[in-house]
Amino acid sequence: MIGIVGTVPDLEFPLVHGPARLINGRLYIEGRDIPINRGTPALLAAALKAAEWLGGVEIYAFLVGDIGLGEGSRKLYAFLASCLREYAFQVLTFHYTQPDVDWSLRVLFAVESMKQRPILIADAGFMYGAKMSGRAPSYDFFTPDVGELAFLADELAPHPFYTRGFILHQNNQVPDLIRRAYLHENAAAHLVVKGQPDYITRGNQVVATVDQPSFDAMEAIGGTGDTLTGLLTVLCTAGCDLTEAAVTAARANRWTGWFADPGPATQVIELIEKIPGALAKAVDQDHKVEGEDPWGKPENPD
Amino acid sequence: MIGFLRKKKEKHDRKKAQNTSVDRGILVFEHTSDVIQAENILKKSGWSVRVMGPPPEIQTGCDLVIEFPLIEELNIRRELKGVHIEPLSVVPVTSPLLAPVDLFHTKDFGDYLMVRAANMKITVAKKDRTIVNISGGGCPDVPYLAQELVGKTLAEAPRPRELGHTLCGYALELAYNELCRK
Repeated sequence: MIGIVGTVPDLEFPLVHGPARLINGRLYIEGRDIPINRGTPALLAAALKAAEWLGGVEIYAFLVGDIGLGEGSRKLYAFLASCLREYAFQVLTFHYTQPDVDWSLRVLFAVESMKQRPILIADAGFMYGAKMSGRAPSYDFFTPDVGELAFLADELAPHPFYTRGFILHQNNQVPDLIRRAYLHENAAAHLVVKGQPDYITRGNQVVATVDQPSFDAMEAIGGTGDTLTGLLTVLCTAGCDLTEAAVTAARANRWTGWFADPGPATQVIELIEKIPGALAKAVDQDHKVEGEDPWGKPENPD
Repeated sequence: MIGFLRKKKEKHDRKKAQNTSVDRGILVFEHTSDVIQAENILKKSGWSVRVMGPPPEIQTGCDLVIEFPLIEELNIRRELKGVHIEPLSVVPVTSPLLAPVDLFHTKDFGDYLMVRAANMKITVAKKDRTIVNISGGGCPDVPYLAQELVGKTLAEAPRPRELGHTLCGYALELAYNELCRK
């Protein structure tokens, strides 16, 4: 089973947890219907689509309403800190929550008290708190974009908003930022750096890059990072090496763009719908015969 | 050579004094939205204020503070009280403050324009200035802001500063302002 932790942009949404379902393009948990926009609902929808394609690993979600005031996130942190040890997950992914050093530490302690330690993935606000807590190496994956990588590389910045200029200017020097993030122990065991190309690391080494197919417009589309983290979460249960899972997730995320033909106004749900075809293409790419054109249009894209 | 070094040292000392000067104070607020409102009001009234990051010893409030001339504390407090914004505390500046990112990046997609400030990106259609996407960021007000802004024109959408509560929300406000200037 997979666990996914995050927020819903609705102040009235209570703390709920239970198996998540995707029915006719709508997300359901504990009888609640959640719009799939961006953020954790987009991550969940992408993960559910991928799980369906892979053969149906169960996805259990922990969600709460939060619009940035942090009250919902703190309620969720408190619940996780007291109850996580009762659960068993292969992978546990933390997403859009209010960054909070103290609470992220308490949640990590709860994870460490679980019978079997899951693969830990941190993205978005939880990743910010995890970095600031000084326990980044306890996580298996961080999934920053290049701007967030600069924040990880800046040992003093408490949030990407305060990344120092001389580090931010290294935008085109991703490997340098990666080295710096590891030097100060502000990176997880693996990084999936979302950019052009995507970088995948193990330890402080870049072990793979993924740069095709490439669509400029995807940078503008809110939620493309969420879908990548959703794909990674599910692929980590596929029994392959974690680096291989990250490479396939990065490829599949790009292939969704290839199938959706995106523009800057495309919404993330249009990409999520293309995940089954994109995963098939990405997995196929892993086994491609040398000399074949890997970007050839499939006969039946969906 | 010695003259050059002396000048360099004086410049360094001046800069250091500026950064740690006790004639500056910070206003600490509970929410970023209070900081944004206070900044607007104080700047409109001509006060020399800057939005900065709080020093590590400040354990309360949100992740932005307003730096102001300490000698004007009473006047500034009075002005803010008049609009029902009260800081949690007022603290003298004794160590350098973190400065927010002030770099903007613009990307032209032909029919669409995207502006990035710090980790936040906002994209509009050029023909009618409709906000078509908001991306980046990691705080929980980002999906909320996207939900409330996407599909509306820059003129009819609420300002990010009215709805945002975090540093990501503040960064989006900066990107929004930059886009409005284009």
